[in-house]
Amino acid sequence: MTTQEAVTVAKAAAGVPGRRRARWTPWLYLAPALVVLGALLVYPIYQLGLISLLKYTQAQVSGGEPTAFEGFGNYTTLFADDQFWQVLIATLVFAAACVLSTLAVGCALAVLLTRVRALPRLALMLAALGAWATPAVTGSTVWLFLFDPDFGPVNRVLGIGDHSWTYGRYSAFALVLLEVVWCSFPFVMVTVYAGIRAVPSEVLEAAALDGASQWRIWRSVLAPLLRPILVVVTIQSVIWDFKVFTQIYVMTNGGGIAGQNLVLNVYAYQKAFASSQYGLGSAIGVVMLVILLAVTLVYLRMLRRQGEEL
Amino acid sequence: MKLSVKLPVKLPARTAVALAALVVATACAPQTSGNSSSGKDEKTGTLRVWLFQEVNNGPKEKVVDAAVSTFKKAHKDTRVTIEYIPVETRAQRMKAAFNDPKSAPDVIEYGNTDTAGYVKDGGLADVTEEFTDWSEAKDTDPTAKQSVTVDGKIYGAPFFVGVRALYYRTDILKDLGLEAPRTQAELISTAKKIRAADPDLYGLVVGGAYTYGAMPFIWSQGGEIAQGKGGSYAAAIDSAAAQKGIKAYTSLFGADNCPAAKCAGMTGNDTVTAFSSGKAGMAIGGDFSHAAIEAGKIKGKYAVVPLPGVKPGSVAPAFAGGNNIGVLKSTSHRTLAVDLMEQLASKKTQSELFDAMGFLPTYTDVRDAVAKKQPFVAPFVKTLASGAKFVPASAAWSQIDASLVLPTMFQEVISGKKDVAAASKDAAKKMNDAFGSVG
Repeated sequence: MTTQEAVTVAKAAAGVPGRRRARWTPWLYLAPALVVLGALLVYPIYQLGLISLLKYTQAQVSGGEPTAFEGFGNYTTLFADDQFWQVLIATLVFAAACVLSTLAVGCALAVLLTRVRALPRLALMLAALGAWATPAVTGSTVWLFLFDPDFGPVNRVLGIGDHSWTYGRYSAFALVLLEVVWCSFPFVMVTVYAGIRAVPSEVLEAAALDGASQWRIWRSVLAPLLRPILVVVTIQSVIWDFKVFTQIYVMTNGGGIAGQNLVLNVYAYQKAFASSQYGLGSAIGVVMLVILLAVTLVYLRMLRRQGEEL
Repeated sequence: MKLSVKLPVKLPARTAVALAALVVATACAPQTSGNSSSGKDEKTGTLRVWLFQEVNNGPKEKVVDAAVSTFKKAHKDTRVTIEYIPVETRAQRMKAAFNDPKSAPDVIEYGNTDTAGYVKDGGLADVTEEFTDWSEAKDTDPTAKQSVTVDGKIYGAPFFVGVRALYYRTDILKDLGLEAPRTQAELISTAKKIRAADPDLYGLVVGGAYTYGAMPFIWSQGGEIAQGKGGSYAAAIDSAAAQKGIKAYTSLFGADNCPAAKCAGMTGNDTVTAFSSGKAGMAIGGDFSHAAIEAGKIKGKYAVVPLPGVKPGSVAPAFAGGNNIGVLKSTSHRTLAVDLMEQLASKKTQSELFDAMGFLPTYTDVRDAVAKKQPFVAPFVKTLASGAKFVPASAAWSQIDASLVLPTMFQEVISGKKDVAAASKDAAKKMNDAFGSVG
């Protein structure tokens, strides 16, 4: 079919004469969605970018001082701050560890769910949903109490006296990691479990008949079939764990001893928003946005290169 | 049909341009409210007041209601609505009020460390003239007056002050045959003796995130947070005297008094909790902590003295916390609002507020009078009388406070990441950056 023919078909289908109308028709249908997206996504990001270029503090918002254009002043301030780079590296490593642990725990438990009987499965599901439904502040406070040096049951059970878990940098990060994994694995588990249930049982039976081990079935049969689902949960986890705030803020009392447990979001809050430096805060927001977009795009790109359409 | 699906692909460039143009056209610069003084000064109408919601707010409401009814007798045709706002979310509420003058109150209670920030934000009205003419204001204690003053102008009336002193366990010190410490050196040695006698107790419980507990050590050595006046402050936290104070305070974090692993992260509230639950021999607590400690298990087994300074018998300068009453710049009832401010911050109201809530009055004569009635406030009054200190009256202070400059400095020293010289130098640099950024 040539272009000309196609247009004729489209025209006929639309039932209106004229080429222009036909070209615009799809956009007409897309318009409502685009308007909503534009209002909810493009506009705030545009404002974020704009504010990051201004000197915009509480004094400017409430009209005490005029708003001034600063160019990349906020970004220069940010990039000149040694602490920003330390926090950025800590955030990347911490988020990577959280994503890997969450995926590992979530996938393992999803496979387990398909192997156990109804009653244990129900129990595991309920426990996971309980963790999922717990607000982050509550979860963090409870974990902190469990590991409290004076009153916590963990130290008592382990018999390690009044060891403080939040004093050392790595032990504090590890404690927060446990809480993050605890409250975010249910999403991975439930999603992957639903995916596994949708895999035709003949495929799994065939693999089992060929003598494949559990690990081999996961690696060569389930994982490829579940690829689209795994991509979604991975990207979701990357975004969540990169933006973790509550757990760090509550469990390390706002960034740990001398700020050793700061992550980017808490840093942005303390550096900028708590003292109403909205311009600087927006600059940090833009940097986070760019990093997340880059990570996501690189990840999708890598998958593409392996020859898989998503 | 393949091609007909492809057709729209030719369009996006144009559409994207159109969309971008639309976005640029509709989205202008971020919002700025016109928050100048309203210019009006109506003599009747409704005054809106925001006061802080205290933990036990009933008695405060009664005192305030009495003050308001006195005010209303003097001003017929005036209505006063009072709203109690939670302390935790005050920053958001105040920002919202500054941003939208229409829904803003006329009179507010605010924390005295927020003064300079609110002035810079353009929120508080300059009441220098009225304050100077006000007969009761001459008895206001100088530190309290400093807490409403920015660049020589007065932006409100002090409402009450809060100050910290040394709480100690009388039973423990008696068992050890010790007296209440009279110098800073004695304080430190007493703390270590308590811990040595009973390793389950902290000697003097201290916190790495307890800025206002740490500052007296620096001030008593002659150090300062920052020096200067008006718009130009310069950090002084790295001076030799200040470093001596930092060294003294951080020497208390160790296995022989308060182990770093547990105490480095503690805040002021954590230390008071530890003391009131009987886990510490001594603590630095405020007059406002008295009720919490009375409610704890050590009731009747403790006493309070001013925190000792370097020389025998001297008092370490304490931080003068507290709240003020101010008038918003956007009010359309300026004269009435100032009258109500004076009524709420009057000697009579403050004296009643002390009876109801235990908040220390800001007038020296009223304070002396109440100290006679309630002996427990005597050490706090003495601390104030021997000269309390205030944080720099700069809008940069809220930034320094929010980004935890001082706690970070103490914690760096306590955890051994940096020595006193390096940590204080870094803190000074961060503070100077903040002072510089607010101009």
